[in-house]
Amino acid sequence: MTTPAAPVPVRARGWCRDLLMGMRFAAGGGREGWTRTALTAVGVALGVAVLLIGASVPTLMNAWHGREKARENLGQLHEPPRGDTTVRYASADTVFHGERIRGRLVRPDGAHPPVPPGMDRLPGPGEMRVSPALKELLAEPGSALLRQRLPYKVTGVIGDAGLQGPAELTYVAGGTTLRPPDAYRIDHFGRSWTPRPLTPQGTLLVIMTCVALLTPVTVFIGTSARFGNDQRERRLAALRLLGSDIATTRRVAAGEALFGSALGLAGGTALFLAARQTAGAITLWDINVFPADIRPGPLPAALIAVLVPAVSVLVTLFAQRGVTVDPLGVVRRRPAPRRRLWWRLLPPVLGAALLVPLLRRQGWDDTAANTTELAVGSMLLLLGVTALLPWLVEAVVCRLHGGPVPWQLAIRRLQLAGGAATRAVSGITVAVAGAIAIHMLFTGMQFGFAEAYARSGALPRLGYTAQADSWRQTERALSAVRATPGVTDARGVIEATADTLPGSDSFPNLAIGSCAELRRVAALDSCRDGDVFVAQGRDTKTVRPGGALDLNPAFSPEDRATPQPWTIPADARQVRLRHTGQGPDDHRYDVLATPSTVDVRRLGMGDMALRVGFDRSVPDAVERIRTALALVTPAVYESSAVDNPHDRAYSGVRNGLFAAATVTLLLIGAGLIISTVEQLHERRRILSSLHAFGVRRSAMSWSVLWQTAVPVLLGLALAVGCGLLLGALLLRMIHAEVRVDWPVVAGMTGIGGGVILFVTALSLPPLWRMMRPEGLRTE
Amino acid sequence: MTPEGSLLAASDLHKAYGATPALDGAEFSIHPGEVVAVLGPSGSGKSTLLHCLAGIIRPDRGTVRYGDRDLTAMSDAERSALRRSDFGFVFQFGQLVPELTCLENVALPLRLNGARRKEAERQAREWLERLEVEDVHTQRPGEVSGGQGQRVAVARALATRPRVVFADEPTGALDSLNGERVMTLLTDAARETRAAVVLVTHETRVAAYSDREITVRDGKVKDLLAGLR
Amino acid sequence: MSIGHTLLGLLESGPRHGYDLKRAFDEHFGHDRPLHYGQVYSTMSRLLKNGLVEVDGVEAGAGPERKRYAITDAGVTDVGQWLSRPEKPEPYLQSTLYTKVVLALMTGRDAAELLDTQRAEHLRLMRGLTERKRQGDLADQLICDHALFHLEADLRWLELTAARLDGLAQTVHK
Repeated sequence: MTTPAAPVPVRARGWCRDLLMGMRFAAGGGREGWTRTALTAVGVALGVAVLLIGASVPTLMNAWHGREKARENLGQLHEPPRGDTTVRYASADTVFHGERIRGRLVRPDGAHPPVPPGMDRLPGPGEMRVSPALKELLAEPGSALLRQRLPYKVTGVIGDAGLQGPAELTYVAGGTTLRPPDAYRIDHFGRSWTPRPLTPQGTLLVIMTCVALLTPVTVFIGTSARFGNDQRERRLAALRLLGSDIATTRRVAAGEALFGSALGLAGGTALFLAARQTAGAITLWDINVFPADIRPGPLPAALIAVLVPAVSVLVTLFAQRGVTVDPLGVVRRRPAPRRRLWWRLLPPVLGAALLVPLLRRQGWDDTAANTTELAVGSMLLLLGVTALLPWLVEAVVCRLHGGPVPWQLAIRRLQLAGGAATRAVSGITVAVAGAIAIHMLFTGMQFGFAEAYARSGALPRLGYTAQADSWRQTERALSAVRATPGVTDARGVIEATADTLPGSDSFPNLAIGSCAELRRVAALDSCRDGDVFVAQGRDTKTVRPGGALDLNPAFSPEDRATPQPWTIPADARQVRLRHTGQGPDDHRYDVLATPSTVDVRRLGMGDMALRVGFDRSVPDAVERIRTALALVTPAVYESSAVDNPHDRAYSGVRNGLFAAATVTLLLIGAGLIISTVEQLHERRRILSSLHAFGVRRSAMSWSVLWQTAVPVLLGLALAVGCGLLLGALLLRMIHAEVRVDWPVVAGMTGIGGGVILFVTALSLPPLWRMMRPEGLRTE
Repeated sequence: MTPEGSLLAASDLHKAYGATPALDGAEFSIHPGEVVAVLGPSGSGKSTLLHCLAGIIRPDRGTVRYGDRDLTAMSDAERSALRRSDFGFVFQFGQLVPELTCLENVALPLRLNGARRKEAERQAREWLERLEVEDVHTQRPGEVSGGQGQRVAVARALATRPRVVFADEPTGALDSLNGERVMTLLTDAARETRAAVVLVTHETRVAAYSDREITVRDGKVKDLLAGLR
Repeated sequence: MSIGHTLLGLLESGPRHGYDLKRAFDEHFGHDRPLHYGQVYSTMSRLLKNGLVEVDGVEAGAGPERKRYAITDAGVTDVGQWLSRPEKPEPYLQSTLYTKVVLALMTGRDAAELLDTQRAEHLRLMRGLTERKRQGDLADQLICDHALFHLEADLRWLELTAARLDGLAQTVHK
């Protein structure tokens, strides 16, 4: 009895008792009870782990960007004067077997140069510091060409502070020949720098990923909380029968749900910590980080810890509202009231209403309002799938009748008690719809790039540019390349941009090269060193024989460039270019000059430009060319399509989506198995009597198959429809061509079909066991 | 030992569940149109005898002959086919498929025998009428009373016009009046179709609907009247 | 069975001649033993003497006396009291079956054998009753039910006894 004097502690004690009783139910209950609790825990754990990883993304990106900023000198407008604390600094990036290697060359001007993070001092001439990953790569037997390309002595390893991630390939070497055109002078590392904002497409992708991850996780946690609900309901109904009131029963149910989700929360945290350890081995979108970088913010972490158990308790209470009110659970035996369509249509319609106006706007504007509209709209559209599915299943199943006996049994079962299966399937539906939408958005965005890469990658050709030093250097590079096995042809000139004198808006292009090289550019009837040619069809007012050019043009008013005037000789002949300058690998030149006519050092913007053709059938031809060139000039930029990064990114995303979809589907499949087996258990007697009647095992097996297949197939159809719709809307939003990656859609559907078979296969042994005549025995 | 003219006969049946013998040399025979009550205390092996006779389980030893066929020598699939075509079953409870309507439940064995849905349901409807439960044909088993449900079950057992009906405590879950009605309808219909009925019961009042009774005690069968013949 | 109360009950629906009373009694209750007319006459005189019935009139004519009897208020009260009074339960302790089983036990005979034989006999009778019930009207059904339940009760008692004796025999022979 509650005495008025001490109501609060008594009530609190009662609460604790009820919650504890629920927890005991969840923990006890034999093998089956444990299986159910474990399944709920696994489901919640997966959800929690995903949420924690999601919550870590901001800190991760901050750490990643932070280390990048700290080790570079970005955004320097003017070189500092040479001094004791300055260093000459140049990029010498290269690619080895498709792996990008970040290279930096340094050459201190004095005794106290700045040192980037991760190193105690700068490497001396001919020495280099490498990242651990690069050290490993260099040590591999297949890396001989790379070792040749980086002919520096490894004197140490760059510490974590100087790396973006543990898998990053990078080196800092002491350059011996760094001269002004190759390198610029800096006096410190780590200039503050405002990063470029994400592109609209990128923003859209990030928002959609968050939505598509969060929605299924929410649905999934909800579904997990309802695993094995039937038996729990019976237990609670029994409690009600024994005389516990509604509130007590609810608390017991809450305790039960709390136990599973608390286990899940702990498991999820453990999973997150374990997954974090593997972070170093994973590179996504070229981002690779240290485990310590993956750290959820305190507020999101706290929210997860509180909201996840709360959600699972709420879902459980909601699911059991019928039972907690009715002790005998009689309500549940009647066919459920017809599901109404109108409110189920509200979320998707609202979602579409939010998304459609975004289409009309010109391009994607990254404003807070737009972002919210997009996120909420997509979320509503995806959640709408969950709300629509039960109605759809019911509407379809109600119209189905006739057909063979197994089909009839399955359909009738779904008509009467399809709720559990349908709820489980909703999880699949949201996950698949989200995955399809993200994938469409991703491929749509990538398609343009991918196509260009595919086109240019079809040509076995590499392009190189480096700061031009002298024609001799260019010739050295050309002969080094030509001597490399696998090279079919190579040509090169020094390209420069000049200005007319007096200045105008047109910046004529110069090509400087030997007669042999110039003949590859234009049709020359005769040529000797000292000749200059003017390309036909150019503006003869500005670029004409006898005209004056400035070889060191100022491109903006702030440029303090000293004019370097040069006159086109009056006897320059007009020639016809071999290429019109429209092709993918040709430059349009206005003036062709032989080396003795122009002093290369006077050029403000002079690049050695090489085009190298190679034979794909010669192994490692590309790596040999890179190595040969790097030995002539390490700071060389390669433009090629031989290592298509988009292919890798694309397959990475596709594999990730497939893996995530498979895990989700498998887990939901496990839930389906539990409810199927539970239901079979309940129907042991019926199954035995059907067996007595001579019903074949195969007939019953088919009925189990249909019972799973119908909701899953309907769910997948809805998911594909919804995913394609959302994907199409998103692509229109960024004005990309709407295209469907059917193999992926087919893949997702295939996984769904696999789940059906998986559930059916695992349900068959219990089904056959239940069909044994033992079920008929009454005594 | 196959008595002359018998429809179903078993001799020397042995069946053990683990170490516990359920049948220990049981004999049985039944003629067309005959109603035989199987009596005996709980755990005496009544249900096991019924399951053996119906070919639901295979005895460890002994033979069950149906006409000129040996049930114990048949495969599971053959026995299942035989049960579908020639046997009917009524159990104590929990035998109707809860998702199907009463009409569909009765039509189920007909459809398993290959009848078309329309035809099966037309016949099923006739049987429901005969068992005076025509008005519940659209309802599901959960929505009808125990007596009505059991009549639906009897209709289902008889719908295929079986040669033998196996009834295991068919009135066990019913009150006396409903039990009596179910027994009357069952035996009337069985007599009319010349079906033999194997009636397992522990109530003598129900056994009184039989033509003859046997008693199972410790897995052995006593057929007093057969002995007197 | 109290014949007096039965006849009184029959009179409650309206006055009857003595011969009518006998016919109605036989029809409803006298399946096994039809009532002698003399019994009706003697019972009626006793009831008249006690003031439970009165003579409603005498029909002149040939044949036996044709008195019409009617129930008095005291008679109606008496019938009501009789119906509401429980019958003294008739224990079977003194029945023959009990005697037989106890004797079988005492003489070391097989009680189960006795039971099976007795059950067969009971069942034979019960089959007859069931068949009669199937063909008969409501009155038949009621009376047959009564008999069937009694017979069944006998058998159940016998079965329980047999089970008890089995247990006893096992403990004795151990």
